[in-house]
Amino acid sequence: MNHTITPSDRLDATFAALSDPTRRAILVRLAKGEASVMDLAKPFSMSQPAISKHLRVLEKAGLVSRGRSAQRRPRHIVAKPLAEASDWLENYRKIWEDNFQQLDLLLEELKSKSPGKEI
Amino acid sequence: MMNSGKLEITTPSDREMVMTRAFNAPRTLVFECYTKPELLKRWMTGPEGWSFVVCEVDLKVGGKFRFVWRNVRGTDMGMGGVYREIAVPERLVNTELFDEDWTGGETLTTLILTEQSGKTFLKSTTIYSSKEARDGALGTNMEQGMNASFDKLEILLENLEKN
Repeated sequence: MNHTITPSDRLDATFAALSDPTRRAILVRLAKGEASVMDLAKPFSMSQPAISKHLRVLEKAGLVSRGRSAQRRPRHIVAKPLAEASDWLENYRKIWEDNFQQLDLLLEELKSKSPGKEI
Repeated sequence: MMNSGKLEITTPSDREMVMTRAFNAPRTLVFECYTKPELLKRWMTGPEGWSFVVCEVDLKVGGKFRFVWRNVRGTDMGMGGVYREIAVPERLVNTELFDEDWTGGETLTTLILTEQSGKTFLKSTTIYSSKEARDGALGTNMEQGMNASFDKLEILLENLEKN
């Protein structure tokens, strides 16, 4: 069977993982430095199994990876998928922002030309 | 020149992309800008380096539109679709498909314009044929994606933290 993971698959996984507020908060925490499951559970007043569940989703999406230290298994953030998702939205946004800025200019011109359509 | 609104893009579900933006003008004008070729050609110019070379609009339910942009190297990027619903000046629903089909099949876009105190609030919702399709545009930006910087990540995380 062919299990090639496309960029599109990765984006799906990224956006799906980001759709939960606890998982977004975990990423914000990990962006400041690696942390163990125990460290992560504290600020969320959640059980370690509950946090582990969220971590599994983040790990599956490739947003978080596990350290080698056998005892603590600290989690750290993996930047690439998030950056790809961010880039994708940003490119789309930029094209439309440019278009809409031109629409702003055009609307100003049309408003001054058509006094009958004054507000 | 005054910029009356910030463009916001959200992905409320797997298959949707929503853009919202405010404009400092009545919605009759915004609607005209979306449906009259001579006006469309003046703002929907796409990324820098591209020009709007073909703009045909048959504004009726079941009517077709055809847009083609050309970049400085002479490469064309074309797309077209069919108008499904027209309610001047508040609602426009149309299908869209790029010639290269990088959106993974036809999309359906609903434009809703609401007016308040002379300002127009625009909401454009595009539904893609599948969740994979929504991310089709990435194909053209892979290189950039690969070289993504931590700066952008920081910004994204800041935004996430605010939400």
